[in-house]
Amino acid sequence: MKTKNSMKLIFPSFSQNEYLARSCVCAFAAQCDPTVAELNDIRSAVSEAVTNAIVHGYGEGVGFVELSAKIDDELNLYIKIKDKGVGIEDVKKAMEPMFTTKPDEDRAGLGFAVMTAFMDRVTVRSSLGKGTTVTLRKKISSRQIK
Amino acid sequence: MSVEITISGECMTARITGDLDHHSCTQIRARIDAHLERHTPSLLILDMEGVPFMDSSGIGLIMGRLRVQKSCGGNLALKNTNLCLTKIVTLAGLSSLIIDKKHEGERVK
Repeated sequence: MKTKNSMKLIFPSFSQNEYLARSCVCAFAAQCDPTVAELNDIRSAVSEAVTNAIVHGYGEGVGFVELSAKIDDELNLYIKIKDKGVGIEDVKKAMEPMFTTKPDEDRAGLGFAVMTAFMDRVTVRSSLGKGTTVTLRKKISSRQIK
Repeated sequence: MSVEITISGECMTARITGDLDHHSCTQIRARIDAHLERHTPSLLILDMEGVPFMDSSGIGLIMGRLRVQKSCGGNLALKNTNLCLTKIVTLAGLSSLIIDKKHEGERVK
């Protein structure tokens, strides 16, 4: 598979950048002519992953979130969300639906559940004290790259 | 992003406008909670007509307000949720809160 196009966006972990991040990926994905439902799924999954990086990766501190995306010639969209925050101690546990380390802040604990439900594949690599990288993949239906 | 609160008898309606994500939830929650404390309505309706997008932070906001309502013997309902919102609300197991079932039967794909 050959990469057709790619992008990278680096921004500080301010919550107002959540909108920037998901809008940017959706604008990038638009060249694959996705359906409205596919675009909604991508928007949701990116929003969850970026929010996790901001809320859990960096918490009260500020660091940079690196967002990159690429499309291959078979219309697979790959999105990578990388932070250099605290990392996740137990990735399996963190991915359980309703599990949250911040229940008092009205966190639903559904971030990974949304990513898993809305994307074809979710991969999480994390190292304590070093950060977390979430990779999302979604195949865009049929239509050709314009 | 804004919230418009209307009180009618025992019912309080919060009309939310804008994306409901982690960033906007903080302010929206504060505004709704201030009114909830003052009026303790038996029914809180979150009108989502002006909300094009919501992620799990919005689910957290709904679950938190539902908890407040239940603890005072009240209830919470959602209306005018678009397909995107209906999908995530359903994923969270909260679809019974939606009072206007206009997307019922539609494939929430």
